Amino acid sequence: MAKAPVSEEILKEKFGPHLNYVPHGGWKDESSHPAEKLVKTHCCFCGQQCGIQLKVRENRVIGFEPWEEFPFNRGMLCPKGVKRYLQGNHPDRLLSPLMRSEKGFRPAGWDEALSFTAGRMREIQETHGKDAIAIFGGASLSTEKSYLMGKFARVALGTRHIDYNGRLCMVSAGTAYKLAFGIDRSTIPWSEIPKAEVLFVIGANIGDCAPITTDYVWRCRDNGGKLIVADPRMTPITRNADLYLPLRPGTDLALLMGMLHVILRDGLEDREFIEQYTTGFEAVAESAKQWDLRKVAEMTGVPPEAIEKAARWIGKSKRVIMMHARGLEHQSKGVENCLAVINIALVTGNIGREGAGPTMITGQGNGQGGREHGQKCDQLPGQRSLTDPAAREYVAGVWGIPPEELPQPGYTAQEIMEAIHRGEIKGLLSTCFNPLVSLPDANFTREALSKLEFFGVIDFFLSETAHHADVVLAGSLHEEEDGLGCSAEGRVIHWQKSVDPPGDARCDSDIIIELAHRLGRGQYFPFKNPADILEELRIASRGGIADYYGITYERVDAEMGIFWPCPTLDHPGTPRLFVDRKFYTHDEKAHFNVTEWRPSGDPVSDDYPLFLTTGRVVSQYLSGTQTRRIGALVDQNPEPRAEIHPRLAEQHGINDGDWITLTTRRDDLTIRAMVVKTIRPDTVFMPYHWAGTRSANRLTHRTLDPRSKIPEFKVSACRIVRANGPDPSEDDRAAHHNDASRGDS
Amino acid sequence: MFGYEFYVDPSRCIGCRSCMQACEECETHRGKSMINFDFIERRESISSAAYVCWHCDEPTCAQVCPADAIKKGEDGIVQSSLKPRCIACNNCVLACPFGIPKMMEAEQQMMKCDMCYDRTSVGKKPMCATVCPSQALAYVRPEEIASRREKPTNIFYFGNQKITTKVYMMTPSEREGIALDVMDYMWEERHELVATRE
Repeated sequence: MAKAPVSEEILKEKFGPHLNYVPHGGWKDESSHPAEKLVKTHCCFCGQQCGIQLKVRENRVIGFEPWEEFPFNRGMLCPKGVKRYLQGNHPDRLLSPLMRSEKGFRPAGWDEALSFTAGRMREIQETHGKDAIAIFGGASLSTEKSYLMGKFARVALGTRHIDYNGRLCMVSAGTAYKLAFGIDRSTIPWSEIPKAEVLFVIGANIGDCAPITTDYVWRCRDNGGKLIVADPRMTPITRNADLYLPLRPGTDLALLMGMLHVILRDGLEDREFIEQYTTGFEAVAESAKQWDLRKVAEMTGVPPEAIEKAARWIGKSKRVIMMHARGLEHQSKGVENCLAVINIALVTGNIGREGAGPTMITGQGNGQGGREHGQKCDQLPGQRSLTDPAAREYVAGVWGIPPEELPQPGYTAQEIMEAIHRGEIKGLLSTCFNPLVSLPDANFTREALSKLEFFGVIDFFLSETAHHADVVLAGSLHEEEDGLGCSAEGRVIHWQKSVDPPGDARCDSDIIIELAHRLGRGQYFPFKNPADILEELRIASRGGIADYYGITYERVDAEMGIFWPCPTLDHPGTPRLFVDRKFYTHDEKAHFNVTEWRPSGDPVSDDYPLFLTTGRVVSQYLSGTQTRRIGALVDQNPEPRAEIHPRLAEQHGINDGDWITLTTRRDDLTIRAMVVKTIRPDTVFMPYHWAGTRSANRLTHRTLDPRSKIPEFKVSACRIVRANGPDPSEDDRAAHHNDASRGDS
Repeated sequence: MFGYEFYVDPSRCIGCRSCMQACEECETHRGKSMINFDFIERRESISSAAYVCWHCDEPTCAQVCPADAIKKGEDGIVQSSLKPRCIACNNCVLACPFGIPKMMEAEQQMMKCDMCYDRTSVGKKPMCATVCPSQALAYVRPEEIASRREKPTNIFYFGNQKITTKVYMMTPSEREGIALDVMDYMWEERHELVATRE
């Protein structure tokens, strides 16, 4: 049984989230006890992976100093980066393994916790088969750890089912880029952005979710570039947009097809590029004919003239960068949407050239590196396919097992949760993932977790999901283990170990390796440290698409990062892809793909007449496991607010700050309204970083893109009504916020 | 830092408040932010603005200080009030046309942005301008700022008061000074047009 052992209140009292406001020793301590060293590393949060220096004294992180020499961010940091150091020395930090007890959780020794974990997994596999255990990984893990997770699942456990929380992030873009180009990576380094003549940003709230990219966007405008923003909300970068396209949620594909229609209608395509370097153009051109502007305007709510203008700016320029993120990708046609962006880039020849290319903005810390080396359910190291016989043979050879022992592809993250719910998967080991907050339809997720016969978690804080665990293995923070990451640009970077894990907490990779030993497969995991894992990863990825063979910690440090592919030790890396117009497909050509319109999996109706769309705020990160514990970040956004337009607010008699109840076909919840003219009147926005009664994912639905299996977080149907306030039993941390905790300690 | 100037461009601000979070980490006043930040009118627009002290050539705050507690250094930096002299009277807080000085009630002292004197004096950039993700706050060389769309000015008009400052405001390129009051644009027989260029 994996229900929470005691009430949420008791668990929160003990394990938080509590708010940490001040560094170890208090604000003034550093004046008398200065840092002993500055460690050059990276932010632990989003895919920008900003360079930062951590101040360290007596094996503790006590502050930060900007790292101006690191070329991507040149010292710049968002508020999360500035305050990231406060997750160290945090009162909620797990300092030893925990075992479920009648009173909640009790501290346990490593031997007991590891024996229990390995024993339960083995029992379940012996009774129900190897695939009865699933593994969840995450994109905040280093690339070495991500590699290790994939190998652990397939070699130590022999289960088909391993997937990761990047399934909620990058998979629509990844699937589309693989289909079109044979490679899943941004096509450009960010240094190309200021060189574009036209910057088209669709479904990407750059200001809040990729803040450092803003500087690149503004520099593009300084150089005379035009900025087009397509979004149901005016996000911060919209303030300087030359053209704003306020599209209806879920209609991105129609908008993009309308733009393609105009480009072809006006003869703005690059015939020479299409003929020499691509396949499949005719079918896509044929499919664009039906998307006339009148129809597109009606579907998207964007004026025909604006669509025409955007299409012509793009069609007439040879330096167009098209950037997209989760707004485009978190849809049941997320892959189609990305393919439609790629089709426009291909039809205008905007790829492989300076200041040109379609690109995804990877959202999670190691969202890029974490999706390259086998943590995905269908993938082997080097972005190889688990179904490719040659890839299976090569990787099995590196691992020293017969290829037939390698399992076939398993379920994706949401599919694993569904399989748990229907009883097919009985046990789960999860690290770096908080599915109760981050998967759609949270009530369903909670039901599923309660059905698990065994649930083990590796984490540094007790997340809401971990409340349901049988055993929690106290793992490590970003700054507590060496490793590689890969940023949104495709730049491989080095996370330097700054301090040791505190108390009895251990490095994540040590925990996984020890479990492999206890499962009797230790001979395949002879690693003593992350460097040993990297050595094997380099070989396992060699010859693959994400080829890391030429990458070492020393090179990364000396060169301020290396863009993969990097096949040899003297290879300079590959900042811009396709410079020679050769693609990573079997015929080395870029492939047009016909896209198919499908309605949303949760359509608006008379009962649910509004669109609900979810996303981030700048001061919080993902499920909030880390950022909801940092006082200054919580103060910036103490609670989720529902953004609605004054016209909608007036219809319902709602004023700014009033409580409103949002209801979808799954559930309802009550939060405060934020009445702003910066959102479409038919749309409600809610950020998703919070848990429990304020969890946006209680409202979202489980429809997946059929290819990428990404949930449709960006389009749900809802209705709203003014409310008197939340249920009195509801958790309202803002109300309990104790200002006294801000003072010096 | 020699050759570097401070430029504020609210049109680049994305409202992330990184400057405030980082200012609060500066060692001389750790735990307190000296940044002034506003969402201009959140209901109407996403526009926000973060700014630091403008470090006036003739600082109004110092002129109105009855205790002679506010000093401007030779480098043009207007410092926080001197603790032994400050009587926490709030004159400076009320008089500053930019609304910069902050009265720290617990300390009974006016504190304000000193452009990270502790950092700039040892060759580092001010903290806020270092971290600002949109470079709405920028500490760069004049030739670098010249490549921007907006152009710098350090002339401000408040009614009949003309103020020149060390810190520059980025403005649309056709403007040279910043006038905020409709009066500044009106023609009156008794006064010359104060907002006309020099």
